[in-house]
Amino acid sequence: MAKHETPMLDQLESGPWPSFVSDIKAEAESRAKNEKGLDYQIPQDCCDDLLGVLELSYKHGRTHWKHGGIVGVFGYGGGVIGRYCDQPEMFPAVAHFHTMRVNQPSGKFYSTKFLGDLLDIWELRGSGLTNMHGSTGDIVFLGTTTPQLEEVFFDLTHKLDTDLGGSGSNLRTPSCCIGQARCEFACYDTQAICHYMTNEYQDELHRPAFPYKFKFKFDGCPNCCVASIARSDISYIGTWRDDIRIDQEAVKAYIGGEIPPNAGAHAGRDWGPFDIHKEVIDICPTGCMRMDGDKLEINTPECTRCMHCINVMPKALRIGNDRGCSILCGAKAPILDGAQMASLLIPFIKVEEPYDELKEKVIEPIWDWWMEEGKNRERLGELIKRQGFQKLLDVTGIKAIPQHVAEPRSNPYIFWKEEEVPGGWKRDINEFRKYHQR
Amino acid sequence: MEKEEVKKIIVETLKKKKGKTKFYLKDYYKMIPDMKARQVKNIVNEMVKEEILEYWSSGSTTLIGLKGAGKAHATEEGE
Ligand code: SF4
Ligand code: SF4
Repeated sequence: MAKHETPMLDQLESGPWPSFVSDIKAEAESRAKNEKGLDYQIPQDCCDDLLGVLELSYKHGRTHWKHGGIVGVFGYGGGVIGRYCDQPEMFPAVAHFHTMRVNQPSGKFYSTKFLGDLLDIWELRGSGLTNMHGSTGDIVFLGTTTPQLEEVFFDLTHKLDTDLGGSGSNLRTPSCCIGQARCEFACYDTQAICHYMTNEYQDELHRPAFPYKFKFKFDGCPNCCVASIARSDISYIGTWRDDIRIDQEAVKAYIGGEIPPNAGAHAGRDWGPFDIHKEVIDICPTGCMRMDGDKLEINTPECTRCMHCINVMPKALRIGNDRGCSILCGAKAPILDGAQMASLLIPFIKVEEPYDELKEKVIEPIWDWWMEEGKNRERLGELIKRQGFQKLLDVTGIKAIPQHVAEPRSNPYIFWKEEEVPGGWKRDINEFRKYHQR
Repeated sequence: MEKEEVKKIIVETLKKKKGKTKFYLKDYYKMIPDMKARQVKNIVNEMVKEEILEYWSSGSTTLIGLKGAGKAHATEEGE
């Protein structure tokens, strides 16, 4: 018998999709049975009370969790988020139910053993409930009490050789796509740089230093599997400078229907025979592709490397060989201001260890500026909007280039300064009058 | 300015504040206007290590206050 009646939550289980309600019930049941004979370190019925408080929230149309708190592990200013229930008498097992964020492995690569080990810690010392993964990318451990925090932290760091993630006004856990480990579109080693930056900026990750959150995300190509362009303050998107490599024989095979387009991803329905014009050439956003007889041609200087043609015909088209990444800044979800996509700062940079140029010329000057000028709870994107993109160029010492302009006249943030103009602002009026009447 | 002196100013300023007990890092920069923000940040973090100050986090932002001052879990931000 369930501890609390939950008619509204039960309704959520009725649709065609997997339900988190069923998951919580399954864990509640498993804790009640305790087949492994664990010495649970937090109340055994916490999952039941969690369902109870959630049902009450639906009934009242308001949350019963308080906002934040002072919890953490010694020396860290992030990774633990205090959660306290405001109906502790009704739901004592979740009176204190803190969230822990755990740094996910780069590219979210797991061995079954590692997942099992994570859950061994968490079933014993927490609710057993996880969220794989939070929006930033972390493994999220949902619900434990204050005395368990240091214990979990000790086990994570000593037994599993991993660490807590970021939260609060910190650098958040950097995240990356699966990259070169499995994906032939990857233009640089996303996992290597993600791991490197995580280690390099440990202090920023664990000790709050910023006006607000700050995210790095590494995408190996413009397909943006970790949504860096929409969700990170500094977004690293793999790209290339030379030609898309074309295998003309494979192009013919696609046209002849021998190879399914999109690697068969749309094979569930009959879309008719593949039409290279309709499905690729005519919808290339820059119109830089054409067929010369049965030969496919791409006008490289016009190509924006949007990935569309490569996604449709991965066997025929491959990313170029001169690879690196583009760096964009200022994406964010709505908080002070509306949601924002990132703006291009550096069109192309080689991604090579030890990444000194990146750190010294881009990341750290941006941080210095934002820490100095950013208002409380202002993301980098909002600061760029408030002080102008030109200011970002100033602090990074990057020269304005055409790629910084979205389209003519729409974002005219680039102004000449007096020292950049020969002769400055002052002119000799007599010289001027020689050519121009009053 | 000596580190110890900075710490003293911070503690005294915090003790003088009425009502609010937790503050943004930026508010600490203002307490020591002549020092570089980064240095102040390092001292503040050191004071947390020494258990003079403590972090308060909503999950999305971080506030810092004197250890033990105010409520451990405010119901609303700033309460
Ligand atoms: S972002 Fe690109 S490189 Fe990375 S996994 Fe996705 S498709 Fe592959
Ligand atoms: S990558 Fe995009 S812009 Fe470039 S040729 Fe292919 S479809 Fe066109």
